[in-house]
Amino acid sequence: MFLLFSILKVVVVTVVLLTAVAYTVLLERKLVGRIQNRWGPSRVGPFGLLQPLVDGLKLFLKEDMIPTNVYKPLYLLAPLIALGCALLSIAVVPFGEPITWHGVKFFEIADLNIGLLILLGVTSISVYGIALAGWSSNNKYSLLGALRSSAQMISYELALGLSLVGVVLRTGSFSLADIVKAQSVHGIASWNVFGGGQIIAFFIYLTAAYAETNRAPFDLPEAETELTGGYHTEYSSMKFAMFFMAEYANMITVGCVATLLFLGGWTSPFGDLIPPPQNIFLHALIPILWFVAKVFFFLFLYIWVRGTLPRFRYDQLMGYGWKYLVPVAMLNIVGTSLVLAFP
Amino acid sequence: MHLVLFIIFAGFCLAGAINLLLQTHPINSALSLIVVMSSLAVLYLLLGAEFLAIAQIIVYAGAVMVLFTFVVMLLNVGVEEKTHGSKIAKAIGFPAAVVILGVIATVVLEAQKSLGQVSLSDGITTTQNLSRVLFRDMLLPFELTSVLILIAILGAVALARKEGHS
Repeated sequence: MFLLFSILKVVVVTVVLLTAVAYTVLLERKLVGRIQNRWGPSRVGPFGLLQPLVDGLKLFLKEDMIPTNVYKPLYLLAPLIALGCALLSIAVVPFGEPITWHGVKFFEIADLNIGLLILLGVTSISVYGIALAGWSSNNKYSLLGALRSSAQMISYELALGLSLVGVVLRTGSFSLADIVKAQSVHGIASWNVFGGGQIIAFFIYLTAAYAETNRAPFDLPEAETELTGGYHTEYSSMKFAMFFMAEYANMITVGCVATLLFLGGWTSPFGDLIPPPQNIFLHALIPILWFVAKVFFFLFLYIWVRGTLPRFRYDQLMGYGWKYLVPVAMLNIVGTSLVLAFP
Repeated sequence: MHLVLFIIFAGFCLAGAINLLLQTHPINSALSLIVVMSSLAVLYLLLGAEFLAIAQIIVYAGAVMVLFTFVVMLLNVGVEEKTHGSKIAKAIGFPAAVVILGVIATVVLEAQKSLGQVSLSDGITTTQNLSRVLFRDMLLPFELTSVLILIAILGAVALARKEGHS
């Protein structure tokens, strides 16, 4: 019974995540279109709403080309690693207030004591997808893109991990559900980003996460103007689609984690000012709505940044990561520890 | 359940280790090593050491092995050539391996008497418990290790720095 429910939860979450991925792509095309004073996709379905479906079909039906001189085992394995890691990390994310009903926990796949560390672990593994894709493609652009990406991800992982220490110090737990519970008392005033004084950590986390997901302004691994396509130059059809889905799934995970760690997760910004609804269904649904709204905000921010900021130069990227983000993140840890030790 | 998982991942671990030796291309060997380390992490998890397991993934499978593959990719190391190996290595190597295995086995079996043992389904050692031991009882060795690592970093910087540049 437990196993059956777990599998059901995994299936539901995966389907929802993949649908969200498809519509994030549409959202990005629409918003970037508006930023650039054009309409974006508008022909397929009302407001272009069926565009993701048709895009998926197109990618699925395209010819799957494998170049002659690729190192085949790793060439085939790399997109699987990328997508697998992207889907894996959503497993520890709680979407709403955990409700136990007949011994089954709702709104999260797994509640682990080390949920936050699992996320970091999966991030550190996901480098392989990109690195192996670039290396096995036997193409100079792919290799350069992969090398850039590995170096970038390793460098920014450090700042990413250090920026989360402040939050962990304040909560005293690695469990994501506990971290949210610690921010739930006074609404917006007890969120880590405002009341918790972690606004610097929040900024570092977002910057490092943009670099980890290879998104603008840190999208050097796939800088079209210099590397044609970067690590996925030689990939076509569904294998390309897997990298594409992995990128957007990672964006959504970053949005979820930022929401959980800094914006109070599923809690309402009004805290106890509005009494919780008596109806059991509303009681379960309203936290999810807050969660989705916050994640949507982060996705919007991602696209906004992409539409407005120019790309970094490579040496600027490395200098910024090591010389500014890492030291500031360390100072944040020292500051938070001092505040906690001498309240 | 625990036993089944143990057998599966112990199998993965051994298969990865053997594959590591048999592969001729460095990148395949490096990937086999990642399999070994990840399976070890699962074994730690089965023994209830959750922090150790995830640290194994982040530090070894994540950071250290990424550096290995990075270097292999950067230098574009090719397939290594097979040699027949020296006769001395064969004559001394196999007995030496047997002796080392024997020594390790005796030490582990001896230590079991004084340290006691953990079974697969025992409770979880939480991060709080671990840090309490690490930062209270074992503080001095812990800090000494950090100083040692710091010295290693400084040494690497000193070696890598070119003469005449500041």
